[in-house]
Amino acid sequence: DAPNSRNRTSERIEKILIANRGEIACRIIRTAKRLGIRTVAVYSDADESSLHVKSADEAVRIGPPPARLSYLRAPSIIEAASRTGAQAIHPGYGFLSESADFAQLCEDEGFTFIGPPASAIREMGDKSASKRIMGAAGVPLVPGYHGHEQDIDLMKLQADKIGYPVLIKPTHGGGGKGMRIVQSPNDFADSFIGAQREAAASFGVNTILLEKYITKPRHIEVQIFGDKHGNVIHLNERDCSVQRRHQKIIEEAPAPNIDSNFRSHLGQAAVSAAKAVSYHNAGTVEFIVDTLSGQFYFMEMNTRLQVEHPVTEMIVGQDLVEWQIRVANGEPLPFSQSEVPLSGHAFEARIYAENVPKGFLPATGTLHHYRPVQVSSAVRVETGVEQGDAVSMHYDPMIAKLVVWGEDRTGALVKMKDCLSNFQVAGLPTNIDFLLKLANHGAFENGEVETHFIELHKDDLFIDQNDSLSTEQAYNAAIHGASIAAACLCEREHATMREGFPGNLSVWYADPPFRVNHCAKRTMELEWEDESINGGSKPVSADITYLPKGKYLIETEGSSFPDLKINVVHLRDNDYRVEHGGLSTNVSISVYQKDEMEHIHIWHGPGHHHFKRRKGLELAEIDEFQQKTAPEASSHPPGTVLAPMAGLVVKVLVKDGTKIEEGQPILVLEAMKMEHVVKASTSGRISGLRLAAGQQVSDGAVLFTVKDE
Amino acid sequence: RSISRRSHPNSPGKLTRQLCSSILPDTLDRSSDSYARNSDAMEGLISQLHSHIQQVMNGGGAEAVKRNRSRNKLLPRERIDRLIDPGSSFLELSQLAGHELYDDALPSGGIITGIGPVHGKLCMFVANDPTAKGGTYYPITIKKHLRAQEIAAQCRLPCMYLVDSGGAFLPKQAEVFPDKENFGRIFYNQALMSAEGIPQIALVLGSCTAGGAYIPAMADESVMVKGNGTIFLAGPPLVKAATGEEVSAEDLGGASVHCRTSGVSDYFAQDELHALSIGRNIVKNLHMAGNLEGHQHTLSDFKEPLYDVEELRSIAPTDLKQSFDIRSIISRIVDGSEFDEFKKLYGTTLVTGFARIFGQPVGIIGNNGILFNESALKGAHFIEICTQRNIPLIFLQNITGFMVGSKSEANGIAKSGAKMVMAVSCAKVPKITVVVGGSFGAGNYAMCGRAYSPNFMFFWPNARISVMGGAQAAGVLAQIERANKKKAGIQWSKQEEDKFKAEVVEAYEREGSAYYSTARLWDDGVIDPAYTRKVLGLCLAASLNRKPESTKYGVFRM
Repeated sequence: DAPNSRNRTSERIEKILIANRGEIACRIIRTAKRLGIRTVAVYSDADESSLHVKSADEAVRIGPPPARLSYLRAPSIIEAASRTGAQAIHPGYGFLSESADFAQLCEDEGFTFIGPPASAIREMGDKSASKRIMGAAGVPLVPGYHGHEQDIDLMKLQADKIGYPVLIKPTHGGGGKGMRIVQSPNDFADSFIGAQREAAASFGVNTILLEKYITKPRHIEVQIFGDKHGNVIHLNERDCSVQRRHQKIIEEAPAPNIDSNFRSHLGQAAVSAAKAVSYHNAGTVEFIVDTLSGQFYFMEMNTRLQVEHPVTEMIVGQDLVEWQIRVANGEPLPFSQSEVPLSGHAFEARIYAENVPKGFLPATGTLHHYRPVQVSSAVRVETGVEQGDAVSMHYDPMIAKLVVWGEDRTGALVKMKDCLSNFQVAGLPTNIDFLLKLANHGAFENGEVETHFIELHKDDLFIDQNDSLSTEQAYNAAIHGASIAAACLCEREHATMREGFPGNLSVWYADPPFRVNHCAKRTMELEWEDESINGGSKPVSADITYLPKGKYLIETEGSSFPDLKINVVHLRDNDYRVEHGGLSTNVSISVYQKDEMEHIHIWHGPGHHHFKRRKGLELAEIDEFQQKTAPEASSHPPGTVLAPMAGLVVKVLVKDGTKIEEGQPILVLEAMKMEHVVKASTSGRISGLRLAAGQQVSDGAVLFTVKDE
Repeated sequence: RSISRRSHPNSPGKLTRQLCSSILPDTLDRSSDSYARNSDAMEGLISQLHSHIQQVMNGGGAEAVKRNRSRNKLLPRERIDRLIDPGSSFLELSQLAGHELYDDALPSGGIITGIGPVHGKLCMFVANDPTAKGGTYYPITIKKHLRAQEIAAQCRLPCMYLVDSGGAFLPKQAEVFPDKENFGRIFYNQALMSAEGIPQIALVLGSCTAGGAYIPAMADESVMVKGNGTIFLAGPPLVKAATGEEVSAEDLGGASVHCRTSGVSDYFAQDELHALSIGRNIVKNLHMAGNLEGHQHTLSDFKEPLYDVEELRSIAPTDLKQSFDIRSIISRIVDGSEFDEFKKLYGTTLVTGFARIFGQPVGIIGNNGILFNESALKGAHFIEICTQRNIPLIFLQNITGFMVGSKSEANGIAKSGAKMVMAVSCAKVPKITVVVGGSFGAGNYAMCGRAYSPNFMFFWPNARISVMGGAQAAGVLAQIERANKKKAGIQWSKQEEDKFKAEVVEAYEREGSAYYSTARLWDDGVIDPAYTRKVLGLCLAASLNRKPESTKYGVFRM
């Protein structure tokens, strides 16, 4: 039905297919719409009703949920473009965005690839090749080994020559996948083999390069842009030093604590790098900055639009997706280098579904409550999900990007903290509270960022259970949250009941509930989900007395926390205004059912707490107990090892029944392309290990048991 | 408002409009001595009430409560709190039953009763208190249980029996077993209510021995808790004595036996909370075709009284000889203080008129002095009007009696009084009585005393009830005594006579108190005057849970 794409009537792009999903697909669609360009989304079965599909003018199903059968299948995408008459294909980031073959295929099939030329992707995609080209172009490089020879003994020799610590890195791919830091010669072999396997799994190529590991590095990258007429400019730098698991979580532009001289050196190096591969369209040249020496070295070039591109957009006041489309149309760049503006400061915080206390492991689940902050000219929320959507194990667990702009760094940071404390997600664990702690850290406030920031300040960023003072503070804060939550829940429950029944019974649901000659009371048993390291859940019990006019007396035990007389006014939906002791604040409450429990989230000021409650009687089903006869999930015998995350079993390293040592790797799990080695908790004999590579396990599933010998 | 009026041309709303809404004026003299005196006196009475209530709220004492908790059992009021809809009201009845009635304390008579909504359906709860004498039935326990069933039958409320009882209190078997209104009546009532289509639901949360076993057995549906719930006609010791069989309580009559083998119970509960949740679900699934006709007059938006309801504490007379205008009470219990008075200028010692309470239309009859011929006739007339229109009646009692004396007798005061008593007796509309002052003599009959089966009857803490005042009774009895002594030729000194009179006055004083009454279930509870409106509202809603009935009167003596 659609016009054949190959019979173009105009040179200008009028319809774009976005070969991606999630927030980046939504973000590209937004710009395209503004430019009057029609959009085509592609989707796997897992994304049938997701936001990017709904936002696009048309959407084409391209396959089942696993990315290799859908979003990574180039022929399906080309077919979708033909079918819908799209003239251009935007690859977004990830998936096929840095596949030279795909870029080539698009051009061969007559579609404009909105990105760099295939040749540049290919050259920059090979880490060793790119370093050679950069070296030739005079871009500074980290000392290392980038040779083809991959013999383990030779590699070891090279490593010894560079000097430890040494960084092992796959030549293909990015995002920290397969990277290993080797502290001493003894550890080299194990790390090398692991890196090879992960590289093979992720990128299909297992070649490895070695580099000097810089102890106190910063990650600074430069946004560059080139057109098809040979012009290349840079749009200033971004600092992406704050990382966990070698992945960025907070980025900012411009980089703090650098001078304009350094900035222009960096920019020139980046432009040279791009010109060396005849680059056009958006790209990023990443540098590693040795904060001790002030030296910067070329790391790699990302031949695509980056996740964190919005921080650059905010300080230059430009829409880079629009630039991408214009450049793809053959238009020249709108600015010369000297015209590039630099205004204010911007931050991006990546909000992930992840388990911070479990070492930032990716998490899955349903967004039972999702309310991002209000957007404005200075606050952007880039998101591809809505309340009720699931974060599945098939794709990246990023929920949203929060981007804020301020006149200066301090102003932007104030805004980011405010936004983070108001960014409400419930239903799955997120890193929001952690990001807030990061943003509040003194060193971060001072711009003392480096890639080991989290490791360096872990004592401040994670509550140590051995630190009684901070543990008590956290517990008291939780009691406070529980008190307010209890009052709001009573008000909510009461209101629901009141609305549910006809007028003639209204007197029975009047406020407060009536008791003859005494006040109605109740006890609310909550479990506080302490999300600090080894936190677990702790019981919190609140005795509630209903007082007239929406007032509640809340008495709690087990803390120095005083009793509260709380006045609750329901504003709308999840929002309440709560007053106690003359202090009045806004509070949001989210309640949802999961795993036979009622989950309650409260946001009060900068505080966020998560509680669980045994389902109320009105919710329990008659036959509930029939299922209860199954063994309780929590009562595992000692020695049981559970899956730390949902994922795919990549490799089983030992046989069931064999003797193992404490800390010995048993099997390798993979989720979101990230490997996680499950180790033996104690020494003994392994039993009940019935897993094989290729098998899927769910979060908390029993993997095996270690029995004492 | 207009919709409900249009749909019912005979509704009192039309009447209200015709008469033009009349707001009662604020006549309370807050600077008067009596205001201050009454306030002080009532403050004392209310703190006394609260201390009595506090006592019974603790159940059978700390030790027994602890033992109960150790068995993973909740207290009866906690059980009810979890059964009723969250945040809803519970109208507990006769909290002070058994107060100072026996040598040992029997808090709340050993049983908690009251009304509350479950999934929007009002239910009557009858919950044994195992912490009070093991939940055994004393005579007052049975009386309270039967009273709850009576209310349930009258208002057609599903009954939820929360059983946790050792059965009849054996030392008092003669007072709990043989008579008509004794233990057996409980099961008789269950049978009759079930036949009437009033659901009978038993949750066996503890022991349920001997006669008590019939409570779940007679129920339409019953639930048993594993471990805690047992049902048997005879417990293990008695079985061993009778047959020599040795068996554990659980094997003899536990949940498993009765849910799997005997069929005495229908639902097997893992624990108490589970049993309560099953209980809620049973009510949810009742699918009773509700009454509803009685509700059509109810307005969903109503006004609160214009005057402070707390002032009822200052209006209540503590000296019953003092007169006060009953309208100052009416103005603090009815919607918007609007009261459309009927026959305002005739028989003025009885105040009658129409109003609404929480949107529910009511006819109010209140005393403003002694009942004369005219007042009695006016009362009978007003009751006839209300029964014609299915308007519930509220009686506010503060009555010393009918007018006595030759003129009154010659005018046929007995005949007039009989008309009002006939009207009150036969009236099939919901009737609720609140004794706000005195309740003496035949006035108690005409104003719907306990014998006239009001759906609910409450006392204020200052209220008094007796056949006549203590002083009058002492006078009458002293006259008779003196005559008897004279006949026997015994000299009765003034001092002896005064002592005799003082004793009578003292007995009347004691027996006439609200606590003496409520301990014996002559009423359904003592309430704080400030909550009168609230309690009336709840009672009305409960009373309207059934279809209206037409009233048929007997022969009025003309």
